[in-house]
Amino acid sequence: MISVSADTLSLTTSEHIVVVRQAVRQRAIELGFSLVDQTKLVTAASELARNTIQHGGGGHVVLEVVSDGHRRGVRLAFEDKGPGIADIQLAMKDGYTTAGGLGLGLSGAKRLSNEFAISSTPGIGTRVMIARWK
Amino acid sequence: MERIPILKMGNYLLVSIQVDMHDQLALQLQDDLTSRIVATGVHGVLIDISALEMVDSFIGRMLANIASMSRILDAQTVVVGMRPAVAITLVELGLSLPGVRTALDVERGMELLSATVDAAERDDDFSLR
Amino acid sequence: MAKTRSTRLAEVIRQHEQEILTDWVALQKDSIATRRDLMNEPELKRQSQDFLNSFMAASEGGNDDIHSPAWHPVLELIGRICETRAVQGFSPGETATFVFSLKRPIFTHLRKSVPDAVAVADEIWTATLMLDALGLYATEVYQKSREGVITRQQQELLELSTPVVTLWQGILALPLIGTLDSARTQVVMENLLQRIVDTGSLIAILDITGVPTVDTLVAQHLLKTIAAARLMGADCIISGIRPQIAQTIVHLGVDLNTVTTKATLADAFAIALKRTGLMVTKAPRAGGSSGPMAPTAEV
Repeated sequence: MISVSADTLSLTTSEHIVVVRQAVRQRAIELGFSLVDQTKLVTAASELARNTIQHGGGGHVVLEVVSDGHRRGVRLAFEDKGPGIADIQLAMKDGYTTAGGLGLGLSGAKRLSNEFAISSTPGIGTRVMIARWK
Repeated sequence: MERIPILKMGNYLLVSIQVDMHDQLALQLQDDLTSRIVATGVHGVLIDISALEMVDSFIGRMLANIASMSRILDAQTVVVGMRPAVAITLVELGLSLPGVRTALDVERGMELLSATVDAAERDDDFSLR
Repeated sequence: MAKTRSTRLAEVIRQHEQEILTDWVALQKDSIATRRDLMNEPELKRQSQDFLNSFMAASEGGNDDIHSPAWHPVLELIGRICETRAVQGFSPGETATFVFSLKRPIFTHLRKSVPDAVAVADEIWTATLMLDALGLYATEVYQKSREGVITRQQQELLELSTPVVTLWQGILALPLIGTLDSARTQVVMENLLQRIVDTGSLIAILDITGVPTVDTLVAQHLLKTIAAARLMGADCIISGIRPQIAQTIVHLGVDLNTVTTKATLADAFAIALKRTGLMVTKAPRAGGSSGPMAPTAEV
């Protein structure tokens, strides 16, 4: 998989969530995603961006256009140096709530994407990756 | 700070969300709306989201909250104009917006409100007897 | 890396142009003997002549990189010919033969015209490099065109098989026919929801009379469609549920409690009319009494 372009956007205030949404929407449009696919990607990005700010204490997202030879896609990697998630399985359960609700955000983002990966270490931080292919 | 305008249309309040809202703006709308409902004493609120290209769980919860709070203040809420792509995404996201009534557009939203509000008033009259 | 080598290729071809052309066209005709119906000889001759002309012009420079500007006219020509053949239904072999069969006539004349053994070997090598690269390119173009044809056909099939019908103002019907797979159901869902917005319809009837089996995935997709329509302010009714499907749905544990279901499209239509405040009445006889006061749909 090659990275055709990569941009890093910071995520510290809620206004940044809007910036990320718009940047992701722009990339999706450039790649010719259908309207539904654009919306799914932007919505997933919005959920994860908010998680990074509200649960991760702030961080950043790397917005990449990727290619695997015969198709292109958008990949987003959200990173924070926050408290981390002790029990990822539990956090991914629909409707699970910890002071505000991570559940819907993580599992929802996973349902809305073609690819999803999460790694987290308590006390160190969290990294969530999602991707959608054209 | 910028706020989302709330208009009074006859016996109802109409909110038309035109911008990509950031979280503070959404929370501000919740506050403003509840204040206006009390101030005007209306029994119906229409929220037009036909310009929204995306509704995530935060905005979804805001809409559900507004519906709940309005009901406590004796007003019915109808959300109108949700776009197909948004509806499909919300369903996939798993958000069901409980307690939120919906209509295709403002016109039908008003029809729904008048039917519901009239019915509610009739019930009140009946229960007082 | 592209190399420029001095070559007598163009010169040899020009000297024996007519012979090479004739031999080449004959070879092509032989290879597509099964498709004579599709191949028109004057057309074939013209295409071959055009190709030879551009080939000569491009090879003159001695540049064997077929992606360099000198070769653009040749590539363009190959592109056009292969796209046409792909659409017409030629096989990949038949299409690539256009380029590859040119080798024999050219090599024959190179051997006759170039006396020196080493020089002949060089020229044949140069010609081979160029023609092989062009032949491969032809195959790629053909492949992409075939994929394009298939995608278009799939798209058309999808659209044809899922028409959304306006039964009455505000009431849509979607007769689903055949097996529903994931991709198809998604297209159907998006189509229906867009039509709901476009027509301002309040009710959509999903008729599954023509669907032989429903599995969990399909059932989930239907439920998602209904949920999405509700979020938009419209409602759905499922009709045409056959006994076997009813059993399957119960066995699968799918919850249809919040969905109105009717055995036939007619029943669903009647409910839809009622919900939209309409009713069907008999037309009054000429000069007879007027109908009821409620808004009516005259049949």
